[in-house]
Amino acid sequence: MADAPVTTERRSTAPLFSWAKPIVFTLGSVAVTMLGLLFVTFIIGRVMPIDPVLAVLGERASQEAYDATYKAMGLDQPLLVQFFYYLTDVLRGDFGMSILNARPVSEDIARVFPATLELATIGIIIGVVLGVPLGVVAAVKRGSWIDQIARVVALVGYSMPIFWLGLMGLLVFYGILGWVGGPGRLDIFYEDIVPARTGMILVDSAIAGDWSVFRNAFSHIVLPASLLGYYSLAYISRMTRSFMLEQLSAEYVTTARVKGMSEWAVIWVHVFKNIRVQLITVIALSYANLLEGSVLTEIIFSWPGIGSYITTSLLSADMNAVLGGTVVVGLVFIVLNVFSDLLYRVFDPRSK
Amino acid sequence: MTLLEVEDLWVKFPTRQGIFEAVRGVSFSLGKERLGIVGESGSGKSMTGRAILRLIRKPGIVEAGHITLEGTDLMQLSEKEMRKVRGQRISMVMQDPKFSLNPVMTIGAQMMEAYLLHKNTSKTQARAKSLEMLKAVSISDPERVMRAYPHEMSGGMGQRIMIAMMLIPDPQILIADEPTSALDVSVQRQVLDIMDRLVTERGMGLIFISHDLNLVAEFCDRVLIMYAGRVVEVCDADRLHEAKHPYTQGLLNSLPRIEDPRKHLVALKRDDAWAEAPSVSGVKADA
Ligand SMILES: Nc1ncnc2c1ncn2[C@@H]1O[C@H](COP(=O)(O)OP(=O)(O)OP(=O)(O)O)[C@@H](O)[C@H]1O
Ligand SMILES: [Mg+2]
Repeated sequence: MADAPVTTERRSTAPLFSWAKPIVFTLGSVAVTMLGLLFVTFIIGRVMPIDPVLAVLGERASQEAYDATYKAMGLDQPLLVQFFYYLTDVLRGDFGMSILNARPVSEDIARVFPATLELATIGIIIGVVLGVPLGVVAAVKRGSWIDQIARVVALVGYSMPIFWLGLMGLLVFYGILGWVGGPGRLDIFYEDIVPARTGMILVDSAIAGDWSVFRNAFSHIVLPASLLGYYSLAYISRMTRSFMLEQLSAEYVTTARVKGMSEWAVIWVHVFKNIRVQLITVIALSYANLLEGSVLTEIIFSWPGIGSYITTSLLSADMNAVLGGTVVVGLVFIVLNVFSDLLYRVFDPRSK
Repeated sequence: MTLLEVEDLWVKFPTRQGIFEAVRGVSFSLGKERLGIVGESGSGKSMTGRAILRLIRKPGIVEAGHITLEGTDLMQLSEKEMRKVRGQRISMVMQDPKFSLNPVMTIGAQMMEAYLLHKNTSKTQARAKSLEMLKAVSISDPERVMRAYPHEMSGGMGQRIMIAMMLIPDPQILIADEPTSALDVSVQRQVLDIMDRLVTERGMGLIFISHDLNLVAEFCDRVLIMYAGRVVEVCDADRLHEAKHPYTQGLLNSLPRIEDPRKHLVALKRDDAWAEAPSVSGVKADA
């Protein structure tokens, strides 16, 4: 009786389009989130105590000119209609004109965003490549000197103001040692040599095969990117450590040891697979934070990125630019969220 | 024939209140038999099992006169040599299959891994062996189970998979730490019977840890009764009712029995002297 074959397991339902539902659901939620974001930026644009007409025409416009522009901008329409116009504009990539330099905001963003993207990407790579192993080792060798070092590294990252570290870095590595390039993305001599394809100078110069530009750009980016990398490393390593500790006491870890696996195989084959999902969320979050443009870093290093762009626009009441920048940053968040959601589905069989 | 002999085993944990001794001078031997270890919660059963595999994590400390597996003292082995013992010569099945299988790896991957770690063969061979082993624990559709993830299995299935996985490299000794406590009563029997059959067929030694005296009496050849980290009594399973130690008698009396129904079950009264008395040796003279 005991050996009677048992088939009580329910057969997993795998109909033809089981993958379609999550995709449709994801796209739907992206659309709704996007709509919400645009609605918020739209409302902010309306409630700001800045007259959009005067912002375009200047303070001393005549009444006729004012009325004409008022109408032309659709401000006489009901709010919902105005929102609809705003929506269609944004969907076409039109964020209006910048008051400051009378150029389309979208062009400005296309220029500043790649600068931030380049910086943030190198920063996050540094943060992940160093932070994850550090967190893993700190957890495995809990209480050892390496754990203590990891703790101090993170503590400094949490408590040291970034502008101070940035200025010190510039002073030491640029001012005194001269190992790296100074503020800005390139030395003047190298500017406008390679055609801007992606807007990321490292990529553009690599495409053009101009390695002297590449080297120069690298010498400029290395310090701010390391700085950002350090701050994300602090966060990522701490989170990795606590995820690991949580898993290390799980019973499946004992099973793996009972099988006779080496400790490092247990950790990297069994435990690490179980923290991937949480780790992805943490990394996506840090990356999104960097992509938002770390204003202070961009200012210290004269980095023409989206953070400093939004800030200067805000200070000069250039609302179109501020809202455009905000929409882009929001979009980045949404995209990264969707991305980590998808990876979650791939890596965790229980999510299906 | 003695497979394993444990002499004067201690497991200690440094705590804030001083050193806590979870296992205190336990000695026993194991032949090709089914040895039960019974005791209440916290009496040190699991720690005894894990100490044999040297799986007590720091800051825990294991001390022993010797833990001899067919002439080799496991206490003297390096960690690397010990890894060859684990899985291949001594294996262990744990309490709850829900937690003892890796949730994000397929069952197939986990089974094949158990085999490939010790046998120098191809994946195809490991796969075939895994399928065969799953069939041996009465799983009727092993192909599907290999592709499945642990959360798709019921508890009884999970525990049979665990048994299959732990027996796949053909160990000589299996330590089963409450292998059926997390299961429904109805599937407990099936799982026990499967385990029993495999262990007997392969001529293995079994250390069966449980807090269920009835189960152990029925299932094992010999029983160690543990109390507060010590062995207070050793007896043959079929002569358990002759047990002399008040703790064992107390355990027996606190069990409901069909042939001897009573209104109230007797609560166990403890005596501090039990914890202080030296451990009884469970070493059996070689026959
Ligand atoms: N890491 C640890 N630090 C301190 N004490 C510990 C540690 N691990 C276990 N212990 C203690 O060791 C004692 C024996 O534990 P063990 O798991 O062997 O009990 P057990 O007999 O298996 O009980 P159960 O039936 O509940 O499984 C317990 O009192 C437990 O609190
Ligand atoms: Mg236990």
